[in-house]
Amino acid sequence: MATRCQHRHTASTSGSGAPGCGRADYRAGVTPQHDDRPAPAGVTHATPPEAAVRTFLDAGGRAPLLPQARAAYVEALDQGWADPRRLHTEGRRARMLLDGAREAIASVVGARTEDVDLAPSHTAALHSAVLTAAAGRRRTGSQVVVSAVERAAVLAAADRVGADARLTVPVDGLGRVNLDAFTTAVARPGVALAALQHANGEVGTLQPVPEAYDAARRAGVPLLVDAGASLGHVAVGPEWDLLAGDAGDWGGPAGIGVLVTRRGVRRSPDRPDDEDRWFPGGVSVPAALSAAVALQVAEASRPTDDVLRRTLVDRVRHRVGADVPDVEVVGDPVERLPHVVTFSCLYVDGEALVGGLDALGFAVGSGSACTSSALEPSHVLAAMGVLTHGNVRLGLPRGVTAQDVDRFLVALPAVVGQVRDAFGVAGL
Amino acid sequence: MTAPAGGAHGGPVVVDARGLRCPAPVIRLARAARDSPAGTELTVLATDPAAVHDVPAWARMRGHELVSSAEDDGVHTITVRTR
Repeated sequence: MATRCQHRHTASTSGSGAPGCGRADYRAGVTPQHDDRPAPAGVTHATPPEAAVRTFLDAGGRAPLLPQARAAYVEALDQGWADPRRLHTEGRRARMLLDGAREAIASVVGARTEDVDLAPSHTAALHSAVLTAAAGRRRTGSQVVVSAVERAAVLAAADRVGADARLTVPVDGLGRVNLDAFTTAVARPGVALAALQHANGEVGTLQPVPEAYDAARRAGVPLLVDAGASLGHVAVGPEWDLLAGDAGDWGGPAGIGVLVTRRGVRRSPDRPDDEDRWFPGGVSVPAALSAAVALQVAEASRPTDDVLRRTLVDRVRHRVGADVPDVEVVGDPVERLPHVVTFSCLYVDGEALVGGLDALGFAVGSGSACTSSALEPSHVLAAMGVLTHGNVRLGLPRGVTAQDVDRFLVALPAVVGQVRDAFGVAGL
Repeated sequence: MTAPAGGAHGGPVVVDARGLRCPAPVIRLARAARDSPAGTELTVLATDPAAVHDVPAWARMRGHELVSSAEDDGVHTITVRTR
């Protein structure tokens, strides 16, 4: 059964009635090809045709909403709809829910509630982290040390700090930052901030964060750790001064980013004055509560989910390498996120791969240039020196089954083969 | 394999893939490599920025040697030597 369908089913049973697998919702989004034909009298399309079975394998940054998070969201719409800045009973109730969400998130990441700020997106959290922390140390300097595979939001924000502000540290072929170069870079005079992701969300490789944190500490430079791809999936640890997270990635709603700032880290606001100092206007209270519930659920189920997803990723890494000729499976095979796997197929157009797999019911991601709105390929794949074309990225959602992955593995070689046949690349 | 002497006809081999999107520049280069003796220097001209990353990655996968890579006014000139 498709994972998205399972999630909806579980969620819908918590409300009134239990519609069969939420198929009405599901069918509204995906129109089966068979619907082009006139329906015979009496046929109600109660069962979607086989072609409409969807298998969602692109849970990176935007995972299916966890059923408990959905229930919490609905509950909070009733209890927390009011403006949390107001002093009346309704407003105070919303404020309580919002602070409860911050407290729950603080508890998971090992911080104080007052250190947790909620942002309207992960991107906004990263922009603010870089700009406000760099501004807070502008007397020291304006340089920002980053790894070459940080998220685009970090790189762009570092560029915004000043002309030539960004010091980019290279990575190896697995996508892991060069620790010696990172250590040297943070020790240079005039460094305001350093940023190193906890793990790379495109290729799954874990970064040497504890070592980088030690180096930054010795240099007296605060370290921003982007845990946007890690929180809820792997233990993140205490080695950070600023920590960013993404609720959409761990199974919460889109539209909530997290920025945690340790006491003693100096930041200066980069926005006009507002009661919500760092993210003017605040965030949606129901979304915040739902995000916190999702993180708690994700953390609680992490050990179990980890084993299954890690095993399935191992299977993908092995089978893709064995069944598809001229393919590079990239990223660290061991020191990695449990649920992310990426590979590139030589002589294949990534857009054709994503489209071909989608037509067969598989939703996958890609870092190839032709699959993004930009003309540039993934800066992560480029920095690693691996093929950027023909790229497929899987993010296995919670609840993924071995059958989901096996069906994908059976379908993939033929899809790659068809694209290659169309290009006439046999024997190259 | 016979000893190489430049291109198949003694001159440098240039593959013009300007205006083509990846993986087309790599495919054209691979066809030229297939038709050339070992040790031939092949130069591809490409406007797709992905070629800068994908030509060296292809060369590494196929055991060819990357000789040079340069960019001038949006045109990338990348040279490899076939194995």
